[in-house]
Amino acid sequence: MIAALIFYMFAAFTVGAGVMVISARNPVHSVLFLILAFFNAAGLFLLLGAEFLAMVLVVVYVGAVAVLFLFVVMMLDINLSELREGFLTYLPTGGVIALVLLVELAVTFGGWAFAPDVEALVQAPVQAAASGVTNTEALGALIYTKYVFLFQASGLILLVAMIGTILLTLRTRPGSRKQKIAAQVARTAKNSVELVKVPTGGGI
Amino acid sequence: MDAWLLEYLPILIFLGIAIAISVIAVGASWLVARQKPDTEKGSAYECGFDAFGDARSKFDVRFYLVAILFIIFDLEVAFLFPWAVALGKIGLFGFWSMMVFLGVLTIGFIYEWRKGALEWE
Repeated sequence: MIAALIFYMFAAFTVGAGVMVISARNPVHSVLFLILAFFNAAGLFLLLGAEFLAMVLVVVYVGAVAVLFLFVVMMLDINLSELREGFLTYLPTGGVIALVLLVELAVTFGGWAFAPDVEALVQAPVQAAASGVTNTEALGALIYTKYVFLFQASGLILLVAMIGTILLTLRTRPGSRKQKIAAQVARTAKNSVELVKVPTGGGI
Repeated sequence: MDAWLLEYLPILIFLGIAIAISVIAVGASWLVARQKPDTEKGSAYECGFDAFGDARSKFDVRFYLVAILFIIFDLEVAFLFPWAVALGKIGLFGFWSMMVFLGVLTIGFIYEWRKGALEWE
């Protein structure tokens, strides 16, 4: 009963925050509502028994992805009045695309049929928790052995993302002076200080 | 309700208290305080000067680079948690599968180090 109430609270907040993401006028507010949606989605995961996914959602999405979105919003330097100018001209095209997506969703939901063993799958994390195996442990027992190829593929995807980012955004500035620590450490008194005997009244 | 879900009850209570306090703090000052805004009071305060410009200035693309590199290593750490918890069960194969994963990402790390992507100038 209480769990159902909490579920409806999280679900309502998620949907409400999602609506606010697309309807907020300020893009920064959109990102903040997206963070709220992430938090509530984490709560929904928690109610499902997927504790690890809930925590990863908070750590990765709220901690990193939302910050990245904020940077992107800042980087684009969106002019709010310019943003709303073309709304009416793009409305027909956007409306047609939205209609096509709506029809696709309706077709998918119309032909929706639950797999026969879905009840057992939904109960699986709860039963695992009851038998003393934590959610994280159950995941760890599967990812690195049974799904090893998918795991390695994810590593390669991360590598590609890393190299792609560096190739796209790294610019070297030739004029900038960098600190060369090795050169500083290698400096000795011998090659930087010169002792000179100065004759009286002579100067150097 | 399930027993393991009850372990999250303190977080729920914390959430309720946080929402209550924030609603009281904003709502009470909105209800109780006298509000007489004028153009001077409502204008942006910038150390006594008029605002120099729009707050929405362009960020350098290097922030983006740092953020995306952070996400990649964040995900790497997220993969390490279940591995560490289940290490006793998955045996040597699981250990070495993680080592290969870390090796692949270390190649990327060496690449970005040598490229100078971590330096700020």
